[in-house]
Amino acid sequence: MIKAWFKSGSPWIWMTAGAVSINLILVTGLLTLIAVRGLGHFWPADIVEYRYQDRQDPESLIIGEEVDKSLLLAAQARAAGHELLDNGEYLVQYLVKTGNRDILGSDFRWIQEQYIHGKSTPEDLIAIERREWGNFYGRLLGVKENGTLIAQGEQAWAVAQEKLAKTLELHDEIDKLQDKGVGAINYNLERLRLKQRALELKNQWNETTHQEFIAQKLAYEQEYKVIQEQIGKLNKEIKSNSLLVSEAGQKEISIPLDRVVKLTRPNGMSWLDKSIEYVSNFVTFFLDEPREANTEGGIFPAIFGTVLMVLLMAVVVTPFGVIAAVYLREYAKQGFVTRVIRIAVNNLAGVPSIVYGVFGLGFFVYILGGSIDRLFYPEAAPSPVFGTPGLLWASLTLALLTLPVVIVATEEGLSRIPKSIREGSLALGATKAETLWRTVLPMASPAIMTGLILAVARAAGEVAPLMLVGVVKLAPTLPLDGNFPYLHLDRKFMHLGFHIYDVGFQSPNVEAARPLVYATSLLLVMVIVGLNMFAIAVRNNLREKYRALEN
Amino acid sequence: MTTAQKRTHGIDISALNRDDKSQQAGSLETCIKVENLDLFYGDKQALHGVNMEMPRKKVTAYIGPSGCGKSTLLRCINRMNDLVDGVTIKGKILLDNEDIYDKSVNVAALRRRVGMVFQKPNPFPKTIYENVAYGLRIQGINDRRILDEVVEKSLRGAALWDEVKNRLNDNALGMSGGQQQRLVIARAIAIEPEVILLDEPASALDPISTLKIEELINELKDKYTIVIVTHNMQQAARVSDFTAFMYMGELIEFGETSELFTNPAKKQTEDYITGRYG
Repeated sequence: MIKAWFKSGSPWIWMTAGAVSINLILVTGLLTLIAVRGLGHFWPADIVEYRYQDRQDPESLIIGEEVDKSLLLAAQARAAGHELLDNGEYLVQYLVKTGNRDILGSDFRWIQEQYIHGKSTPEDLIAIERREWGNFYGRLLGVKENGTLIAQGEQAWAVAQEKLAKTLELHDEIDKLQDKGVGAINYNLERLRLKQRALELKNQWNETTHQEFIAQKLAYEQEYKVIQEQIGKLNKEIKSNSLLVSEAGQKEISIPLDRVVKLTRPNGMSWLDKSIEYVSNFVTFFLDEPREANTEGGIFPAIFGTVLMVLLMAVVVTPFGVIAAVYLREYAKQGFVTRVIRIAVNNLAGVPSIVYGVFGLGFFVYILGGSIDRLFYPEAAPSPVFGTPGLLWASLTLALLTLPVVIVATEEGLSRIPKSIREGSLALGATKAETLWRTVLPMASPAIMTGLILAVARAAGEVAPLMLVGVVKLAPTLPLDGNFPYLHLDRKFMHLGFHIYDVGFQSPNVEAARPLVYATSLLLVMVIVGLNMFAIAVRNNLREKYRALEN
Repeated sequence: MTTAQKRTHGIDISALNRDDKSQQAGSLETCIKVENLDLFYGDKQALHGVNMEMPRKKVTAYIGPSGCGKSTLLRCINRMNDLVDGVTIKGKILLDNEDIYDKSVNVAALRRRVGMVFQKPNPFPKTIYENVAYGLRIQGINDRRILDEVVEKSLRGAALWDEVKNRLNDNALGMSGGQQQRLVIARAIAIEPEVILLDEPASALDPISTLKIEELINELKDKYTIVIVTHNMQQAARVSDFTAFMYMGELIEFGETSELFTNPAKKQTEDYITGRYG
């Protein structure tokens, strides 16, 4: 019986199908975990008010979001020094995000169910997302303008919302002025300084240039003054309002409105309101810059950096890989040497990526970048321009890392072009180069794209080498902006992969950062999938166009 | 035209007995002359001292059993064998009295003069138009008017124009096998070669397509010197003016097709065309 079953081949089918199923389960499980953990973070959670009294302290109020629940076996709990009042089997604990870091010292607190005397979710509890010190949870008492109370009680909420909208507008305006105005002037002043230094080095610095520069500097400074004045005015306006709030301990505090990002009353929200809030939270996360050591705010610079770096990498690796593959496959005499080269290329794909990082730092940054600085940017010395980790070197390092993939895929593609097509072209009087350009390479382009897809997938997820050649925890400016020459290859940048590492493991506020780690991971996966989808679409298009002879 | 239908060795040679006085080899101008051609693939000799003169604006057919070297010989005429690793060639091939194996010869330029059509249709994965224009574009001709004109002329020349004139911008791979093969011929004549080499052009086609190709060859010989390799003796008899019989890398017999089929000089030739081996 069993023997016949084995002979029938069914076990083999079961085994292979089983392997596929396990793969599918792993992949979906991974994505689901990341998605659930990450996406849940954006849902506006209810704020709970606990009446709490443990052994030592008198009864007090605790306000916050219930984040986690843990069950501890009685024995374990006792071993950990907890008492169990009712001799139950378990000790139930809740992790509460109490916020108010400025008052309580930390955002999170474990509380035991046995000491909770009452639990409610009153609608008047508010959550304030602040620019620093994390969230605030409490009650809104009133709104102040220039120190005088202008609204309290029932009206306070509406007035606060209205004032907040206005303040956020002003804040945006100031940001824009800082960024576009002051940023550009600083950038130009720095360029002016470098120009002057360059002229001095070339001994072309004389009275006329001196006067010119002074005039220019004056113009910039005037411009700066104007902007500064504007900012000053706006700053005065923005600082005029504040919220009067009370925290769980009934202490009254005043929070300046310009420190507030968002003011919500999640307990009073309907399901629809919460959904809208959810989407808005997610969009903010996608489009905003990080705050508070990356534990709050969004991750836009990291997404931008990742995508830009991958695109640059693709721009570099494709021509190099294709050219190398063309030589290996089409021109080089096939023999021992080409075989050795092929083996070497394949082995390069297996070199740990950190090794590439070390190479990139040693060769690209110090040797190449150092030389570039000495030759082209002597005026910037002693501060380096290209002689320091940056976007260009990160892209080049990753290009090097993914080069084998592109070479192998391209060679594969070239070898699959039928001989008859090449002969057809040659017979029409085309040279080998013309045949390659006009017929063979276009037909091999889907294979080249396949190589690029693999390269992009690998490069976008790489972190280790990037830490050495250009990725930083927080980049003050994006590598692409409105200041000439727009694309700043020498700048350091942020990267999703490194961001995950940084937020998850280097953050002072681990509990707060945990959901962000998942959310960022999810976005990293989404970015990679997006890039791949784009490349796959291009490839399918090419495939359709250069469908090789079927026979 | 003689109306008599002679049946010789089972082959219908009525088509051969055309009343064409210029068919005497002596009065013909030689286009391609092969002199003592030896060819080696590595150590293996594939052609043994071939000597042959192919006349201008005539159809010369190579026949012989598989592996006899007829395709190899054909591919020597446009130096397609250069692409094969380990090939050595001795002897000469003269095209208009110039040795095509001379060091000074530009191979690409030679191939513009000697076009070739392969056994399997091999259109490029481009539009019909671009396939025909390919050779011209290689030469740097991108003027749309010239290209339009040449494409139409070549497609007419290959008896394909009426079938494809409304879908010139369709992918050539969507055509039938026979159409593809005629497209490849159109592609070859677009660059106006002197010689067209046909390497078993109809062996992958159905009978009707084959017939069309044969008709086309008959028309093309007014303008081009044609050399055709064929497995099919009836085809050689139908389309060619001269026939060369090859066996084991040697040229056994070469002469007018009517003569070779009706009255072969060599025993081997007779055995082959009567189907006794091969």
